Amino acid sequence: MSEGALETRGLCKSFGALTVASEIDFRLEPGARHALIGPNGAGKTTFVNLVTGALSPSRGRVLLGGEDVTALPQARRVKRGLARTFQINTLFRGLSVLENVALAIGERRGVAGQLFRPAGRRSGVVEEAYAALERLGIAEDADRLVRELPYGRQRLVEIAVAIGLDPKVLLLDEPAAGVPGAESSIIVETIQSLPAEIAVLIIEHDMDLVFRIARRITVLVQGSILVEGTPEEIAADPRVREVYLGEPEPA
Amino acid sequence: MTTLAEAPATPSAIAALSRRHRLRLSEALPWVIALACFFAFPEYLALGTQILISILFALSLDLILGYGGIVTLGQAAFFGVGAYTAGILAVHGWTEPLSGLVAAGAVAAALGAVTGLILLRTEGLTLLMLTLVVAEMIREGANKAGQWTGGADGLQGVSIAPILGLFRFDIYRRTSYLYALVVLFLAWLVVRAIVHSPFGRSLTGIRESVTRMHAIGSPVLRRLVTAYAIAAALSGVAGALLAQTEQFVSLEVLSFGRSGVVVIMLILGGAGRLYGAFVGVPLYMLAQDQLAEQFPIYWSTGIGLLLIAVALGARGGVLDLWDGALARMRRR
Amino acid sequence: MSAALDSVVSIVFHGLAFAMVLYLVSVGLSITMGLMGFVNLAHGAFAALGGYIAITLMNDAQVPFPLALLIAALAVGGLSMVLERTLYSRLYGSTELNQVLFTIGLIFIATAVSRRIWGPLSLPLRPPSYLQGEFDLLFRSFPAYRSFLILAGALLVTLLWLGLERTRFGAQVRAAVDNRRMAQSVGINTRRLFTLTFALGSALAALGGAVGADILAIDPDYALEHLVYFLIVVSVGGLGSIKGPFIAALALGTADIGFKYLLPQFGAFFIYAMTLAVLLWRPHGLFGRAR
Repeated sequence: MSEGALETRGLCKSFGALTVASEIDFRLEPGARHALIGPNGAGKTTFVNLVTGALSPSRGRVLLGGEDVTALPQARRVKRGLARTFQINTLFRGLSVLENVALAIGERRGVAGQLFRPAGRRSGVVEEAYAALERLGIAEDADRLVRELPYGRQRLVEIAVAIGLDPKVLLLDEPAAGVPGAESSIIVETIQSLPAEIAVLIIEHDMDLVFRIARRITVLVQGSILVEGTPEEIAADPRVREVYLGEPEPA
Repeated sequence: MTTLAEAPATPSAIAALSRRHRLRLSEALPWVIALACFFAFPEYLALGTQILISILFALSLDLILGYGGIVTLGQAAFFGVGAYTAGILAVHGWTEPLSGLVAAGAVAAALGAVTGLILLRTEGLTLLMLTLVVAEMIREGANKAGQWTGGADGLQGVSIAPILGLFRFDIYRRTSYLYALVVLFLAWLVVRAIVHSPFGRSLTGIRESVTRMHAIGSPVLRRLVTAYAIAAALSGVAGALLAQTEQFVSLEVLSFGRSGVVVIMLILGGAGRLYGAFVGVPLYMLAQDQLAEQFPIYWSTGIGLLLIAVALGARGGVLDLWDGALARMRRR
Repeated sequence: MSAALDSVVSIVFHGLAFAMVLYLVSVGLSITMGLMGFVNLAHGAFAALGGYIAITLMNDAQVPFPLALLIAALAVGGLSMVLERTLYSRLYGSTELNQVLFTIGLIFIATAVSRRIWGPLSLPLRPPSYLQGEFDLLFRSFPAYRSFLILAGALLVTLLWLGLERTRFGAQVRAAVDNRRMAQSVGINTRRLFTLTFALGSALAALGGAVGADILAIDPDYALEHLVYFLIVVSVGGLGSIKGPFIAALALGTADIGFKYLLPQFGAFFIYAMTLAVLLWRPHGLFGRAR
């Protein structure tokens, strides 16, 4: 397939004199398992924000499935199959887990704007949401309010909501961030069992996770791409070791 | 033999969400009480009508504030526009009340849609300010447009024809009360349906996290403007009811005081619960009727302290306290 | 002097005086809102209280004007510190609605208490004899008190700007307004900063209320009556800025006086329309910043 699932061409973003993204040419293939790594302040989350439309670029283009979406606002890009999770949980804290996912599914199905039919009678939206929770193993928390859950479980809900959107491209922003070690393995397994057709881009600091999941890695430093390659190539690259204080463990 | 808990029935979570909209017996309570009051307190129907009208006003606010999370200090703009629309129509010969209501609602809705499109792009203090400013602008406009609105003296000579040609407005306010009650009932049906609909649920989503709503592809502005326009329409209908039952409209209907008090009444009852208006408004207005004239200083201070307590306690008003009491009772 | 020019000079003069009062009262609000992100609708009550205290001291205790002002400012500053520590600080992270409710509650109480203590009528300020009357400048005479207002206001504004730019305290305030978390991580004690800034803002408001009693009469409904104008100055100027509200106050002051002279039949309508226009163009105010 000549079209990438996600592509950026010459993406740049500056705030006055401060350049946070510089000529980023990036390509994510369909079904990819791709990781974006880099030291703090490298601009990884900024990149995600530029891709999703939360931030508009100073220059450059964003393409989704070959189509230019640079001018589209966030919500419209979601409709075209782009979903993301946030570095810090961004959920409907006062609503139940089931409802959180149901809202996403309702939007995807285009029934979320209906004014008069009761939500409960929505054609299977609630059932589909429950099934999604079952697949992630959090169905038992279905009617608990999100704010009552431990942080690690909330992280899983965050992923469930993103998957509920049935995306073609999934951006996971530090999915294991803030999750205690014991629970993070569940997150890793969840990501590993994501459907193969989804193109997944993970931003992570946890090298262990990166090497377990990623088939390709891009290294971002100070807003521009330093190097891109397979995990072995990246692990062996001396420039990457230089950029990090420690050395990444090879898988 | 599988027990009930193991039977392959719908999981309780799905059932709960699917059946949330079903009518419960307790929901008949407000209407029973309202009808009972009609027969039990025939001398107080004027106050009763005012209370019903304010409940409608607060109900409309609940849609945008309680469910949508939009803090507005300018909802009186729509109330007042509705009141003046109905009043001006009547003064110029259009005395049929039901169509007057519809016209008022339509004008208020239009105003809501236009201002919503402009204002709801902003947030926080800016949005709060703009709701205030728009309401003040309209009040100034009404003040100056004396030939239409009667200016500071108010709009007089609002005469209303009998409803459906049958029910004349009488001095005992019997017709007024039942008129307001029926309109409130219909409005309640509408708001209740909206609140339980996917649209209504997405409003709660917007209230809980706008960022998340954008990230699930929701057209946030469109939803908010729609809700704002509907709320405006209902506020306008409430205002029109006031004009028609009082047969007089003063500038007070557009005042910051009216915008502020309706927010207070709703919060005291409990916002975002559909019934907060039904609890908060009667409590506030009855207390005000009894206390405010005799002890104005204590009344103001009391309300002030109550507001501070609610804000500090972050309680959801009386309904929240009621829920808490019920939960404690159940645990025994 | 020709009538038209005379009108213009009048408008500018009285507009400037009004602007100074608006600014003195509102600048504290801008800083605290920018610093703590707290929607303090009750800010005007501090100004009113300052007016009440100063005027009562002058009328009933024959306290000289400058001393009365000082005492009023210090008293209100002190009271606000207590309020901040006990009540306001509990709501710093809270929702906007809660903050609005809280401060409206405060206004109710302040209004009721003022009415109880000082009655429902406005309390007039009687300026000291050396500030009464008029004096001649160029081709016309100007009211002495209003002239004093303008000069005193300008002096205070300059001191404020210098204070913010040149002192360590000012630097800390600017840093914390800019980025609260960063400020904390470089060791700035934001808790104490909040309290002190709040006290300073309230003291300034008290001063503004007291000296400005000539233009904005001190009565129990002061806080509510003038709320919209204070909020306009702050939101149009930009939260957290002290330059912005000054420009906004100048614009609002002269526009208000101007419209009252030239187009009285429209009242404050144009003011509101202009506010709407500016806030739509720059939602964070002229000198504010997205947070």
